[in-house]
Amino acid sequence: MRGKAAEAGKKAAAKQGRDLDERLGLASAGRWMLNYIFPDHWSFMLGEIALYSFIILLLTGVYLAFFFVDSAHEIIYHGSYVPLQGVKMSEAYASTLQISFNLRAGLVIRQMHHWAALIFIGAIGIHMCRIFFTGAFRKPREINWTIGLTLMILALLNGFFGYSLPDDLISGGGLRIFYSVFESIPFVGTWAMELLYGGPYPGTAVLSHFYVIHVFILPLVILGLLSAHLAIIMRQHHTQFPGKGATETNVVGTPMWPGYMAKSGGYFFMTMAVTALLGGLAQINPIWLFGPYDPIRISTFTQPDWYIGWLDGALRLWPNWETHFPGHIIANTFYPAVILPGIIFNILYAYPFLEAKLTGDKAYHNLLQRPRDVPGRTAFGAGFLAFFFVLLLGGSEDVIAVAFDTSVQSVVWVLRVGLFAIPPIVGAVAYLLCKELSAVPSAGKRPLANVIVRSVDGGYAATPVELHPLEAEHHEELEPAPVGHVFVPEPEPQLVTAGVVSPASAAERTDRGPAPATSAASAPVQSTSASDIPGVRQVSRQGTPGEPAPRSGRHLFFPRRSHGGEGPNGSNGDGAGTGPDSGSD
Amino acid sequence: MTDVRGPHDPSGAPGPSAAPIGTTDTETYAAQLSVAARNPKRVELVVGACFILAILSVFVLGWIYTQRGNPQIEGAMLFVLFGGIGFGMAAWGKYLMPRGPFVEEREVLTSEADEQAFAETLKRGQVAIEGRRSFLLKLFLAASGLMGAILLFPLRSLTPAGASANGPFYKTEWKPGSLVVDESNNPVHYSTLDVGGSMTVFPYGYTDSEDDQTLLIRASLKPVAPPDQPEKLQWSPVGYLAFSKLCTHAGCPVGQYEAEYQKLLCPCHESTFNVLDACAVVFGPAPRPLPQLPLTLDSNGYLRALSSYGEPVGPGFWYRDAL
Repeated sequence: MRGKAAEAGKKAAAKQGRDLDERLGLASAGRWMLNYIFPDHWSFMLGEIALYSFIILLLTGVYLAFFFVDSAHEIIYHGSYVPLQGVKMSEAYASTLQISFNLRAGLVIRQMHHWAALIFIGAIGIHMCRIFFTGAFRKPREINWTIGLTLMILALLNGFFGYSLPDDLISGGGLRIFYSVFESIPFVGTWAMELLYGGPYPGTAVLSHFYVIHVFILPLVILGLLSAHLAIIMRQHHTQFPGKGATETNVVGTPMWPGYMAKSGGYFFMTMAVTALLGGLAQINPIWLFGPYDPIRISTFTQPDWYIGWLDGALRLWPNWETHFPGHIIANTFYPAVILPGIIFNILYAYPFLEAKLTGDKAYHNLLQRPRDVPGRTAFGAGFLAFFFVLLLGGSEDVIAVAFDTSVQSVVWVLRVGLFAIPPIVGAVAYLLCKELSAVPSAGKRPLANVIVRSVDGGYAATPVELHPLEAEHHEELEPAPVGHVFVPEPEPQLVTAGVVSPASAAERTDRGPAPATSAASAPVQSTSASDIPGVRQVSRQGTPGEPAPRSGRHLFFPRRSHGGEGPNGSNGDGAGTGPDSGSD
Repeated sequence: MTDVRGPHDPSGAPGPSAAPIGTTDTETYAAQLSVAARNPKRVELVVGACFILAILSVFVLGWIYTQRGNPQIEGAMLFVLFGGIGFGMAAWGKYLMPRGPFVEEREVLTSEADEQAFAETLKRGQVAIEGRRSFLLKLFLAASGLMGAILLFPLRSLTPAGASANGPFYKTEWKPGSLVVDESNNPVHYSTLDVGGSMTVFPYGYTDSEDDQTLLIRASLKPVAPPDQPEKLQWSPVGYLAFSKLCTHAGCPVGQYEAEYQKLLCPCHESTFNVLDACAVVFGPAPRPLPQLPLTLDSNGYLRALSSYGEPVGPGFWYRDAL
């Protein structure tokens, strides 16, 4: 009885699946998704952290948006936080206090939001380093590099906008500096800032403008670019490190279903977990201690959030120059805070193209490089990071001066010199280290650990440790299985009954055919396939010009994907069409 | 390095992986489909325990919510909840699923035939823009561009009416005779500050104004001015000096007065000004001295402005010298 019920349930599910497939072509696109292979390397999780923190930001941000009031209108506080009762403050600040002290889980959510923003930006930064140092930006992935870089800039901006919203004492200082910096842009600066702030500083509507930008415009742009980023990755497939059977023309790793879905889904929850722990236990941005914004009260040493710190450092290290023309000036802040980031981001945008030009390398690259194997790039990147790091130190020169019991002046001068001296030194050291490392044959390969046992009579014996199967993979090199084969059911014979097959459906079947190496065993379809049917895809692969192959229109997102017999290298499709065994069945 | 069009270039030689990768050998498959764990039972226990922990944390969280909440416990319990689910899932995925590895051929991204077909398809539209009709295209582009510009125009309302690109910015309400008041709008008497004291002052009635905030310093008992600007001696009755509080660098309030060294320090970027030298820049990125407000005493001994600031206060901008 039970077996029968299960059988009936299975049939019903199959019918539902068939219904959906007939309307949306889900089976093909879905199988493509389930088969999508993710290479196994720890550094690939960095981008995932960024993605997941963005989701956390959206979730927590929506909750906060219900309760935050984007108004600079001043009220007297009568809420539950006693030390500020009776103090004049903006409604924005008061609503942030309300969120922190009176909402269910409000403080946890607010702090999770702030932490997630920091993790988001940090993860993007480290992710970009990974992409840079392993050469993952090379052709065909230059577009995704520029999209990713844009995402980083937008993340920085939105971090700043969000940081400014609570209208506390410290964020108010940031608003002031932001205004002064962008007001310095010739011709348009004053206009742009008046539009953004709603009039000359402090403006009439800065909080409501920032609020719309922070919760609506920038998240939407980020979401759109993020989707493009991910779609392009899936279109081009991941890069991978060489070894373990990985070549330029394949992808080796864990398929989406089931392993990767579970691992990555679990990883999302672990990111949530860490953010929640930080949000609950690690205080961040305690605006009730700073007090509401009041320009008279800013008199302590102020530090921006770390991701703005390098820009603040540039402002501090730049000499006190101001360029005067008749009737006009280019203000001091224009150079370090507009021109310098402009140069830096443009170098980063152009880097993939610059490197291709310098090396003359216009080839496709799906295999990653070890940083040590490309000393020039690694040296450049290390120097670039050192430059950022000195700027970041500049952002806290006052703190450094206090810590080392010296004057701010001397720290500034050391850093000014260091800004130009340290990057070349770091670059040179990185270059030499790379050269050294690539000269050592076993570099980067972990030797097997030994267990050393002392015997009763004082002798020593060393035996290699027993490896866990996952670690053993690296050593015994299990040959990778074609993912298409493993997860494809045997095709149903009735689909290929003579006379029923339309050219289109036959083309689809070849499209969905099993992986190249495995075709012979599992594909009755193959026998009837392409060679009998005019205009099927093989024609175009033979390179016959002017005879475009009709595409099956079934794949919703990735119409040109190739499974099995599509690639010229995969012998299957060609074999079926032209080989001696075609039509042998 | 020569493979410009990608691994599947139809015109190029076969790539390095012309030989198929992988195998249909059943024994290998069995290994690849087997779970990765050495001791699956133990992993099952751990994964189950993770999920059970997550379920338990839900009840603790619910109880905490009814008790009006506690950020620390909420954070810790959310950690257990998310962490339990996450760690359980990840361990499940890593150890109790096919260990692989699996391989997939990459997609064909490009083919010359497709590119030609695409170009052919594009040509289908050529008849629409040939000859005289190309002018239609230009007209269309002009209309669209102008449409974009005029649709953006309402954004002008983001600033209040009357704003313009060249100001007036940083024009203060300080006028000849303005009464100097503190932040509570109380007049400042010449006996208010001792030597070495400082306070923030405003013109009477403008205590909420950003641009008007002025730092009042009593640097001495006698008038103070740099030796090369003796005319400024009459700006500082009984040693009171007044400087705009907006830093000439980035507009931060220059709040820190170090009486011992007679220096003013900006808290944002460490610009340092010499009070005795009409706030000339001693160090840091500030490009100009802080503008000085000439002071005088009225007949009752209250401080008043002798005149307005002679220049725009605060940071520089493109149109500053045009004001």
